[in-house]
Amino acid sequence: MPARNSGSLAVPAGAGALAPRRPATRRPLPAAGTGEAESGLKRAHFDDWRLPFWLLAPQLFILLLFFFIPSVRALLQAFQLTDPFGATTQWVGLQNFERLFRSGVYWSSVQVTLAFTLAQNILTLSAALVLAFATNHIARGRGAYRTILLLPYAIAPAIAGIMLAFLFNPRVGPVAHLLQGLGLDWDPNRNSGHALALIVMAASWNHICYNYIFLVAALLSVPQSILESAYLDGAGPIQRFLRISLPMIAPTLFFLVVINFVYGLFETFAIVDATTRGGPAGATSILVYKVYQDGFVTLDLGSSAAQSVVLMALALALTFAQFRFIERRVNYSV
Amino acid sequence: MNERTPVLDLACHAILVLGAAIVCLPIYFVLVIGSQSQQEIMQVPLSWLPGDQFLANMQSVLSSAKFGRLLLNSFIVACGITFGKLAVSLIAAFAVTYFRFPFRLTAFWLIFMSLMLPIEVRIVPTYESAANVALPLNILGGWLGWQALVDLDWNLVNSYSGLILPLIASATATFLFRQFFLTVPDELCEAARIDGASPWQFFRLVLLPLSRSNIVALAIILFLMGWNQYLWPLLLTTDPDMATAVIGLKKLMPQSDSLPTWHVLMNAAFLTMLPPTIVILLLQRWFVKGLVDSGK
Repeated sequence: MPARNSGSLAVPAGAGALAPRRPATRRPLPAAGTGEAESGLKRAHFDDWRLPFWLLAPQLFILLLFFFIPSVRALLQAFQLTDPFGATTQWVGLQNFERLFRSGVYWSSVQVTLAFTLAQNILTLSAALVLAFATNHIARGRGAYRTILLLPYAIAPAIAGIMLAFLFNPRVGPVAHLLQGLGLDWDPNRNSGHALALIVMAASWNHICYNYIFLVAALLSVPQSILESAYLDGAGPIQRFLRISLPMIAPTLFFLVVINFVYGLFETFAIVDATTRGGPAGATSILVYKVYQDGFVTLDLGSSAAQSVVLMALALALTFAQFRFIERRVNYSV
Repeated sequence: MNERTPVLDLACHAILVLGAAIVCLPIYFVLVIGSQSQQEIMQVPLSWLPGDQFLANMQSVLSSAKFGRLLLNSFIVACGITFGKLAVSLIAAFAVTYFRFPFRLTAFWLIFMSLMLPIEVRIVPTYESAANVALPLNILGGWLGWQALVDLDWNLVNSYSGLILPLIASATATFLFRQFFLTVPDELCEAARIDGASPWQFFRLVLLPLSRSNIVALAIILFLMGWNQYLWPLLLTTDPDMATAVIGLKKLMPQSDSLPTWHVLMNAAFLTMLPPTIVILLLQRWFVKGLVDSGK
């Protein structure tokens, strides 16, 4: 990483390369006069259809088997009712969805998911912001701090869950003993709030590093000249961070909020399964966990498929949000 | 800017030390508990100092919990996902950026669509597809009335291909390489063609060497992702010999009615997180590049 407080007025040379704002989506324009403005095709290309067919065949074949067919079947199953042994199947129209949306258990799972993803998002992003600001501010030892702060990325969500489940285990956990010593009757096995707090902490512990990397890269890409002029106008480090850096890295923040929602919604299954298993009494049964429970444990396939479709809609919405912000991010570059 | 901010400097270091401590605390306890004996971990309160049973615990993890086999499985699966995905997506990205052919954009959009739905949301039908890959042929046979096709059965449960292939079916890497290929100067391809290079030669001799840093960066991310998979191996492995290390950990979790063997679990957790941690520590620079690039 280039030294930020180097005293020079120039923008650090390496900063642009690390920044997520690199204009990778900008491609060279097609040569004037050729009239070939085909999107995403190189100006210098080959005209052949046999070779690309064989080059694309492996990817499209795997996608067909394990993406398109399952996705279509998930859509179909949402409108069917199958008995747990798979013997009979019948069309029931929207009945699965009606049943789902009338079920109190499902709405409480929606609430749990909302609380979990929001809490996880806020905790992860704010902790990562503070850490990124501190890393950006100090002159020495950045590399060492970064090495340690990146470690959780190597650790599987399931292991993060197991480790925190141990630390916060009411009988043996050292941190749980500290909390009990403070007079808190900590027990995530019985108290639903404590169980939710446990999975929020495990998810954030595992995901702060990802946010941190992006924020450090974004802060490095804030033009030094603007910060210098703010400094000459008498703005202190915290003021410069809040008034200049933060608005300028807003696109990265938006991006991370979306990514954190994706993470919280879909990738935290392992944490829940390794720590609370949805309990106590459904208090940590997030939507993905419920799809799994209904699909593989209680074998309510119709309901599970309907829930899958709801999640698909959520995933699509988040993907579109993500691409909108990426567009925005490209336009933001100064 | 020569400003002096000693208080803020100190506060920043304090924040970073606190952050590092929070990161290290669980990892420290994995080491401590993994080195204590059953008697030691039953004490209340627990000792915060490591014991001397580390190797003994590791031996029982490797022999009775068969973690040697599970770690090997994890390694095979993670490498399979890494190499498979890199190979498949490099050539697919080459095809959609460097060739003009009918339905080029259709092919691109088909690949692109798979970015949108993570495996978690279509888990039941994906499992059914892996349990019988010939399923589409069965349905086709049912329509056509061909009994031979209906009876076809190709089960991937408890196999390496079942653990690897469905996780290759995503377009993230293809998309990344396409973005990179679009930034490669056109002159290179023109020069290669003037020199009489075939498309395949251009790919092998020009494009692949240029993509080397992207390939390494992405390989690290994919290896970590493959090693740390949870939901898919959990569903697809009923045979304990085919499980991955992370799944093996779940089976070691102390149950409420038996003797809590946290020391065995933590020792196994240490072994499981060791390979990805080494990868991150040794290849940090590449890994950061890969992470920031693939976020785009």
